[in-house]
Amino acid sequence: MSFLRSTVMTVHRSRLYPNSWDICALLFVLVLITSLAFVAKQMATPYELGQTIPISLNPAVLPLYAARTVVRMLIALCFSLLFTLTVATWAAKSRRAEKILIPMIDVLQSVPILGFLSVTVAGFIGLFPGSMLGPECAAIFAIFTSQAWNMALGFYQTVRSVPKEVNEAARMFHLSAWQRFWRIDVPFSMPSLLWNTMMSMSAGWFFVVAAEAITVANQQILLPGIGSYIAVAMQEASMRAICYAVLTMLIVILIYDQLFFRPLVVWVERFKSEQVTTDKEAQSWVIDLFRRAHLMRYMGEKLNQAYDALVNIRFFSPQHALPFIIRLRKFDERWFSIIWDVLFYCLGAIALVLLLRYITHHFSLKEITHVFLLGLITGVRVFVMIALCSLLWVPFGIWVGLRPRIARFMQPIAQLLAAFPANLLYPFVVVWIVSYHLSPNIWLTPLMILGSQWYILFNVIAGASALPKDLIQVVDNLGVVGWLRWTRLLLPGILPYYVTGVLTAAGGAWNASIVAEVASWGSEVLVATGLGAYINEYTHAGDFSRIALGIGMMCCIVLVVNRLIWRPLYVYAVNRFMLE
Amino acid sequence: MSQPIIEVIDLYKSFKTGDRQELLVLENLNFKMYEGEIVAIVGQSGSGKSTLLRLIAGLLSPSKGTVNYRNQSVTGPVRGMSMVFQTFALLPWLTVLQNVELGLEALGVLPKVRRERSLKVIDMIGLDGFESALPKELSGGMRQRVGFARALVVNPDILLMDEPFSALDVLTADNLKSDLIDLWQSKKTGLNGILFVTHSIEEAITMADRVLVFNNNPGSIHADLKIMLPFPRSDLDPRFRNQVDRVYTLMTTGRQAPGFRTGDAPYQLIDMGYRLPEVTVAEMTGLLEALNSPELPAKVDLPVLADALMLNIDDLFSLMELLEILHLARVSQGDITMTEEGKIFVEADILERKKMFSMLLKQYVPLARYIYDQLSRHPRHRALEEHFISLLEDYLSEEEAERVLRTVIEWGRYAELFAYDYNAGVLSLENLH
Repeated sequence: MSFLRSTVMTVHRSRLYPNSWDICALLFVLVLITSLAFVAKQMATPYELGQTIPISLNPAVLPLYAARTVVRMLIALCFSLLFTLTVATWAAKSRRAEKILIPMIDVLQSVPILGFLSVTVAGFIGLFPGSMLGPECAAIFAIFTSQAWNMALGFYQTVRSVPKEVNEAARMFHLSAWQRFWRIDVPFSMPSLLWNTMMSMSAGWFFVVAAEAITVANQQILLPGIGSYIAVAMQEASMRAICYAVLTMLIVILIYDQLFFRPLVVWVERFKSEQVTTDKEAQSWVIDLFRRAHLMRYMGEKLNQAYDALVNIRFFSPQHALPFIIRLRKFDERWFSIIWDVLFYCLGAIALVLLLRYITHHFSLKEITHVFLLGLITGVRVFVMIALCSLLWVPFGIWVGLRPRIARFMQPIAQLLAAFPANLLYPFVVVWIVSYHLSPNIWLTPLMILGSQWYILFNVIAGASALPKDLIQVVDNLGVVGWLRWTRLLLPGILPYYVTGVLTAAGGAWNASIVAEVASWGSEVLVATGLGAYINEYTHAGDFSRIALGIGMMCCIVLVVNRLIWRPLYVYAVNRFMLE
Repeated sequence: MSQPIIEVIDLYKSFKTGDRQELLVLENLNFKMYEGEIVAIVGQSGSGKSTLLRLIAGLLSPSKGTVNYRNQSVTGPVRGMSMVFQTFALLPWLTVLQNVELGLEALGVLPKVRRERSLKVIDMIGLDGFESALPKELSGGMRQRVGFARALVVNPDILLMDEPFSALDVLTADNLKSDLIDLWQSKKTGLNGILFVTHSIEEAITMADRVLVFNNNPGSIHADLKIMLPFPRSDLDPRFRNQVDRVYTLMTTGRQAPGFRTGDAPYQLIDMGYRLPEVTVAEMTGLLEALNSPELPAKVDLPVLADALMLNIDDLFSLMELLEILHLARVSQGDITMTEEGKIFVEADILERKKMFSMLLKQYVPLARYIYDQLSRHPRHRALEEHFISLLEDYLSEEEAERVLRTVIEWGRYAELFAYDYNAGVLSLENLH
C-alpha cells in the first residue's frame, strides 16, 4: 500500500489485515452463538407455544397484516437507533471500548441473520413461555441484527471524523459532553446515519418477511404479517394470494418511501456542510407541505424548542459532570489499560478452549469438512451470480447513468427494488421450476441474488452519473469509441462504486442463501446442495448444535472472503480510480 | 505596566513520534502579555506558533513549564478566553443566531437572555439581517464574522485567534481587520487583550502592539518587538515598511533552521532527518527566474520580492530554504542574492537543469543521496517506501515523515534519480533498461 493516499483510506488500510482484536472478536461471537444454541437446546425440548393464530388468505386482512409487519419494523428500527447512539458513541469516545466493540460489530455484520433466528426464537420463547411475545421478540431481534451493525459503524466513523477545529471550539466554549453529543456528534453524522438507516431498512424488509414464518423443531410459528401470509400461500399453492401480497408490499414500500424517507432526505440536506453539495437538490412534496403549512411550522418550532430543552438539561451541565471526569483522570491510566488488555486476551483464550471442546465433543472432522465443502458450494454460487449480474447490470447501469434524465427516473426505482423483499417473489420462480422439472441445484441459485442485485445496479448508475463531464468530452474529442472507451474511461471510472455495490450484494446473497436454497410449493419441496440448505434443514429438525456449526462456518467463510477479496479490491479501487 | 494577564514560563512542548521518540516543537518559551495589548505571533509554518496558542487556550497541555492566566495555572479551557479559528469551525446545521448562542448555551444562560445578548453582538459585528441564515449561505468574510460574534458573546477577557484571516481573500480580510480594530478601540467588547497567530508579517504590523517573531525547529521566541505606530496604520507609510523589513531581517538572521546560514557563516549542512520544505521544482525554478530578471537588483529585499511575486511568507521562506540548501541562493539580513550556481541553473535548458538538479540533490540532500545509494546497492535496484518512512520516523512525526518522503520523491523523479511506483509503493533506479 502506498502512503500517498488520502487520509480517509487509512481507516480501510488499517482494517485490511485482521489483527488480534479481530480474532478475539470472532471467537467471542462464535462462543456467543454456540452457547446460545446450547441454552436453546435445553429450553426448546419441552416446546410450548400459545395458541397459533390462524393466518387467513383473505385479501381483506392484508392491510392489517401489513400494518403489523411495519410496526415490527419500526420497533426494531428504534432499538437499532438506540444501539447506534449509545454503543457507537461509546466506541468513538473510549479507546478501550473501541478496541473491542468495533471488531466485534464487524464480525457480527457477517453473521447470517436468518440462521441465527432459529436459535434466538427458542431463547425468546423460553423468556416468555406460552405467549406470542417470544416469537415476536425473535422476529424483531432478527430485524434489529440486520440493521444495527451498519448503522453503528457508520455513526462511529462520522463521529470520529468531526473536524478537529470544531471539537476544539466545543471545548473552548465549555460544552458539556451531553451538549457536545446533541449539538455536534448527532447532527454531524445525520446524513450518513440516514443513509445507513435507509440501507438497513431495505435489508430489514427481507428479514421481517423471513422472520415471521419460521419452523423450529418441526413446529411452525406464524406471526400475523405479510411474511406469514406468503408462507401460507405457498403451502396452499395459491398464486392469487401471492400476487396480493406482492402488491401490498409494493404499496407499503412506496408509502414508507414517500412519507418517511423522502422528507428525511430533504430535511437532512441542512446537516451537510457546503463542501458536499449534491448536483441535484432532493425534493419531497411532503416536506414542502410541512414547510409551508402554518400549523406544521408551528409544530416544527415547538419541536425545535423541545430539542433545545433536551440539549440543555441542567443535570448534564458541566458543573455536574466535572468532578466525575477528574476522578477518572486520577486513576492510573497505564495500569488500567494493561489489565484490561490482559483480561481481554485471557477471555479470548478461554473462548477458544470452550469452542474447541464444544466442537470436538459434538462433531467429527468428517462432518466439519463436509460443512466446509457445502460452504464452498454456496460460495461458488454467490460468486457466479455476482458475475452474471455484473455482466447484465454494469453495461445497463452505465448506459443509464450517462443519461441524466433517464438516471433521475431509474435511480429511485432501483432503490425501491432493492428495498422490496425479494423472498416475496420466490414463489414465482419456484412454480416455474416445479412445472418444468428443472434442476433445483442450478435454478434455485438465482433466488439468492434476486434481492441484492439492485445494489449493483444503483451503485453503477451513481458511479456513471458522477463521471465528470470534461472526461467524457475528452474521449469524445479524441475519438475514443467502442471497447477502448470502456476500458479506458467507463469501467475504471465506476469501479469504486461497482465494488461497493458488489460488497453489499454478496453479503445479501449469503444471507439469502438460507431461505433460497430450499423452496417449497404446496407439497413439493426443492432442495439445492449448499450451506444454506444445511442450516435450513437442521433448523427444521431443531438440531441446535448443527445450526451453530453451519452459522459459524458461514460466518468464517464470509469474513475470510471479505478480508481477502472484497476489502483489498475496494481499497485498490478507491485509491486508484476514485475521481476527486 | 499593570499585572500580566497571561504568563508563559519555561514552556516546552514535544509530541510523540514513531518509536517512543519525541519531537520537540516548542523550547524554553517565556513571555508575558499585559492588559490592553494586541500581541501577534509571527513565524513560518511548522514553527509551533499554533501549538503555543493552543497551550495558552488550554486545549493542549505542556510537556514542561506552565501557562498562567491571571495568576492561575491553565489546565484546560478557561472561562475568560475565547477563540476564533482559521476554518471558522461553525456548525453548518445551526443558523447564525444559534451558532452565536452556542457558547452561552454551554454556560447555562437562560434562553431569553441568551437571545438578547446574541442579537446585541450580532448587531455590533455587522451581521444584522443574517440571523436566520445558515453558514453555507454566507461568504467567507461573513462566516468569520459569525466566528467573531460567537467568540465575543461570552464576554471574554482575552480573544485568541488562530490565523483568523488566512482563509479569506485580501479585500475581505482587510475589511474585517479594520472593523476588528475599530471595535477594539471603541472598547465596546470588554476585551482586555488579543493574542493572534499569523503567517503574514504585514497583518501583524497592521494590528499588533507587540510582535513575537518565532524561530523554527524547535519553535522559540526569537524577538519581541514593540510596534509604536499610531492607528490606523497604512502599509504605504515608510515607517510601516521599515517595521516589516525589520521582521523579515529578524526572520532571516539569528538562530535559524539548520538550512539557513547565520550571518556570513558558511552554509550549514542538513542531516538525513531534515524537515525538507514542501516545494516543487517548478516553483523553485520560477523564483530563480524572477530573481534573474533584469528589473530586480542582484540583492533583493524580501518584502519587495514577496510583494512582487504575491507570495505569503510560508511559501517564500520554504522556497528560500530549498535554494539555500541547494546553494542556489544566499539569504541574509532580509535580502536574497542568487549564487553563481543559481545563475548557471536558471540559464540552462531543461535537460541540463535536470542533470544539475540531480547533482545538487546528491550533494546537498542527504536523504536523496541515501535513497540513491540504497537503490544502487540493492541487487534489483528496488526498495519499499516503508523502509524510508520508518527511517524518517526516527526524526519526524508520522505525517511529516510521509510528507518529507513525498517531497523528496517528487524531486528525485524530476532529477531522474529514481522512479516510483505509486500502486506498489516501490522506489527503483531510473534508466535501468
